[in-house]
Amino acid sequence: MEDLKIDENTDHYILTLKDYEQGLRAGKMLGLRCRNCGEIMCPPMPVCCGCGGKELEKTEMGGEGELMAFTITRVPPEGMDAPYIVCLVKLSEGPWVMGRLDHDPEKITPEMLGRKVKVSGAYAWSDKFSAGEHTCPVFKVIP
Amino acid sequence: MRDVAIIGVGHTKFGKWETKTAVELFAEAALQAMEDAGVEGKEIEALFVGSALPDFGEGQAMINVHCTSELGLGQIPSTRFEGACASSTVAIRDAHMWVASGEFDVVLVGGTERVLPMGTPLATRTFAMAMHAVSEVPAGLTFPGVFALVAMLYSKTYGIPLEKLREKMAHVSVQNHRHGALNPLAQFYRKYGDLKVEDVLGSRMVCDPLTLLDCCPFSDGAAALVLCAAEKARKYTDTPVYILGTGQGTGGAMGRFGEELIRPPSRVMSARMALKKSGLEPKDIQILELHDCFTPAEIIALEGMGFFEWGKAADAVEDGQVDIGGKIPTNMSGGLIGKGHPIGATGASQVCMIVEQMRGNAPKGNQVDPVPETGMTDTMGGSFGTLSHIVLGRSRR
Repeated sequence: MEDLKIDENTDHYILTLKDYEQGLRAGKMLGLRCRNCGEIMCPPMPVCCGCGGKELEKTEMGGEGELMAFTITRVPPEGMDAPYIVCLVKLSEGPWVMGRLDHDPEKITPEMLGRKVKVSGAYAWSDKFSAGEHTCPVFKVIP
Repeated sequence: MRDVAIIGVGHTKFGKWETKTAVELFAEAALQAMEDAGVEGKEIEALFVGSALPDFGEGQAMINVHCTSELGLGQIPSTRFEGACASSTVAIRDAHMWVASGEFDVVLVGGTERVLPMGTPLATRTFAMAMHAVSEVPAGLTFPGVFALVAMLYSKTYGIPLEKLREKMAHVSVQNHRHGALNPLAQFYRKYGDLKVEDVLGSRMVCDPLTLLDCCPFSDGAAALVLCAAEKARKYTDTPVYILGTGQGTGGAMGRFGEELIRPPSRVMSARMALKKSGLEPKDIQILELHDCFTPAEIIALEGMGFFEWGKAADAVEDGQVDIGGKIPTNMSGGLIGKGHPIGATGASQVCMIVEQMRGNAPKGNQVDPVPETGMTDTMGGSFGTLSHIVLGRSRR
């Protein structure tokens, strides 16, 4: 049987989702910079989310940011174990990303809002619906 | 484009339906709507069905086909609309356009859903499919989680301490349960009518800071409407309600919203579109049914639609400004929190509830007096992914 797997670059993606997730697993926060308006974005897209421009270049971000919101999830979806903390982080370079927060769910308080956080790892997850594994960043509060 | 009228409405009770399928629930609501309008099946020219997750709820994809067949409507064009929780609002918007365009004179539109057969873990998983599957689902984000993040960001942005905000949010639940308890079609009819703020705050934590009573329930149910070209509406009814304007807006992954997450541009654009088409402003609207899937959702919806300034709706809710006698009576049906949220049926249900208000048929304690001349619905699918609004009036523009 002929192998039908396609593994080649397409015309419009400078950075693919696969590249981005591989970066996360290697401890790197990859993104794109728009040469037209300067917007920095991640996860990756084929066009700029600010101006729609197509002149994009890869960039590596520092992985530091501000904790804008978090929630302790106590009722999980099928296939996950609770409690765990989901967080929304504004990276120093601009983009907002969703991730997990590496912190004791029973010891976190709203006073943590606004604290500086840094990428400390990646969380990979899959189930029967997800068409393979996908990855989000894990953040830790900078002491 | 022609004016379009709603000439009939139908609505099953919302709750746990173990004895009927989503197709049967739709057919029940549709037949009620057709009888209400005095329309025969052979007069229906097309069917538009909103349903978000029938594939998972009952293993039924392409549910529109089976709804059409169940109703004996023959081979008329039939389409399913999927916009998560806004599915039937976008179905109504499209149905309206097809009648306005002159292609059809009489069409049937509505929504149906059975969520409870999935159980909480699978329902939580499948609802999350409306988020960005590859970046938000691995983080473990759930829908209560989306609005927990919204509450946090609202607190941070407007400088309202989280414990204060939780009290203001609790008023949304108290008010909507009070009206839901009076609505015989509501999941919580005769339940939680005397809920107190402390009950909401002390309820089991789901996604901090949201407790169970900050959340709408999982529900089964259906709602349907018959739409007709306005020029022919009087042939069927003395109390047509006109669709004055509709709007729709689109979002993306939550991270892309940034600080706008509490002022979603998808909602702002859709609401403005609907109001502009109707030639009205928020001050002209006399009743709202809006998407209170969680208590903070009602607060940011009131602001995003232009009824209160940014950061002010939490206080307004606490002051009774969205109850009868206030600035803008909101969710007199009980909303999603009190009435229930069979997701694909919700948008059609919201429109049905405003039609009943305009006919003076809402339950005692929920009916706005004098009957509202104008009204507006707000329905949100996903995490601000699909927003849609419908402006209704007792008179043509």
